[in-house]
Amino acid sequence: METHSLARALAQNTLLTKLSMDHLEFLSGCAKNVRISAGEYLFREGEDANELFLIRRGVIALEVYAPPRSTMSAETVGSGDLLGWSVLFPPHTWSIDARVLEDALLFSIDGACLRKKLEADHDFGYHLMRVVLEHVHRRLERLRLQQLDVYRTESI
Amino acid sequence: MSAAVDIGLAPMLPRPARITRVVKETADTFTLHLEPPDGKLAFMPGQFNMLYVFGVGEVPISISGDPDAPEVLVHTIRAVGAVTKALMAMVPGDVVGVRGPYGNAWPVGEGMRRDLVVVAGGIGLAPLRPVIYHALSHRADFDRVYVLYGTRTPSDILFEEELRAWRARFDMEVELTVDRGLAGWSGRTGVVTTLIERADFAPESAVAMVCGPEVMMRFAARELAQNGVEEERIFVSLERKMKCGVGLCGNCQLGPELLCRDGPIYPYSRARRLFAVREL
Ligand SMILES: Cc1cc2nc3c(=O)[nH]c(=O)nc-3n(C[C@H](O)[C@H](O)[C@H](O)COP(=O)(O)OP(=O)(O)OC[C@H]3O[C@@H](n4cnc5c(N)ncnc54)[C@H](O)[C@@H]3O)c2cc1C
Repeated sequence: METHSLARALAQNTLLTKLSMDHLEFLSGCAKNVRISAGEYLFREGEDANELFLIRRGVIALEVYAPPRSTMSAETVGSGDLLGWSVLFPPHTWSIDARVLEDALLFSIDGACLRKKLEADHDFGYHLMRVVLEHVHRRLERLRLQQLDVYRTESI
Repeated sequence: MSAAVDIGLAPMLPRPARITRVVKETADTFTLHLEPPDGKLAFMPGQFNMLYVFGVGEVPISISGDPDAPEVLVHTIRAVGAVTKALMAMVPGDVVGVRGPYGNAWPVGEGMRRDLVVVAGGIGLAPLRPVIYHALSHRADFDRVYVLYGTRTPSDILFEEELRAWRARFDMEVELTVDRGLAGWSGRTGVVTTLIERADFAPESAVAMVCGPEVMMRFAARELAQNGVEEERIFVSLERKMKCGVGLCGNCQLGPELLCRDGPIYPYSRARRLFAVREL
């Protein structure tokens, strides 16, 4: 896909609606479309984190191998979620497995390319980091509620 | 007329109902099928009965059966304390006392022609099941129907077979998530609010009904509102401590409201204020 039409496709993503068209064009230089089928791993713990993913469709389980209970699903992510903040921060390695539960369509943003652009244009960097931070904030809220374990002693 | 009626105590007298069937739902939750006291007990989705275990005590429990089948009285109960544990120990043939039905109903008026979004957490699916039955038997009254259900672990999923059957239908969307994705689980993990974000209902016309632990309801109602559903069309069930069920004892007074008489179902626009009352 040409960067121009890719930028327009990125603009459709709810997470990125706050980025200007110029910034989307700039970002699309690092982006490509990826499809991955149910059952496959998008990445596994310990591997190099080279991409930031924007999920357009599908469901992906973030799993932790926890012997002796085998694998536990910590969280599932799906359309509108951003996956792979590890590309932004050293040591750029995945700390979790990402297993596809339902066929997924994603934008993959190349980590090295993205980091270079963030350094080259701080205005772009500021706006993109706001997008990331807003998403992290939403995910933290979800996780906070999840760890409250509200159904444990509840009797409605 | 008895003396009890003369002094207005008739609603306080439990009537005997025999248990005909007990269904074990999960490790701590079960469903009782009872013969209603007069052969049938008409109710509206969301209403509750006071169930009395002779010699132990009385508890408010929502009716979880089909409003179009009032000849069977169905209650789904989680055993948490003295009375609910005593109910769990009961077997077919045993008798419990029943008073009710009490409380107001989920707003499932005719010809709503709106998207219906049912958001349930844990045992909160039980009081909402009559809404789902109603929506399915009056399907043309609604546009799209969504059931978004969150619970603690895969083994805490209530009405699992029914959820599976509903999921297989083409005229409703059922999404399920658990807070703790234990080994072998390959469904969604995360809080029920994540299902709200991803469901494609039309927020400007949707009506949402939310039931579960209070924290879950607060977060879910907020998420629905943030997604564009009007606060007047988000309904929650405030099920704090109730004793008499008929607005006499004042046990469930929350600000100006007597929850058992005026509620337990409120639009979020009003419940928001009541959620903030911490004393009860
Ligand atoms: C209108 C209404 C409808 C209800 N519907 C159902 C239902 O369909 N199924 C069901 O399992 N339960 C339902 N409940 C809750 C149920 O009434 C309580 O679990 C029950 O009263 C507990 O009594 P107990 O003697 O077994 O336990 P208790 O010894 O009284 O309490 C055990 C524990 O449960 C807590 N608890 C008691 N009542 C409530 C409550 N209302 N909300 C939150 N925590 C409570 C107590 O604080 C204590 O920690 C409903 C409550 C109301 C008010």
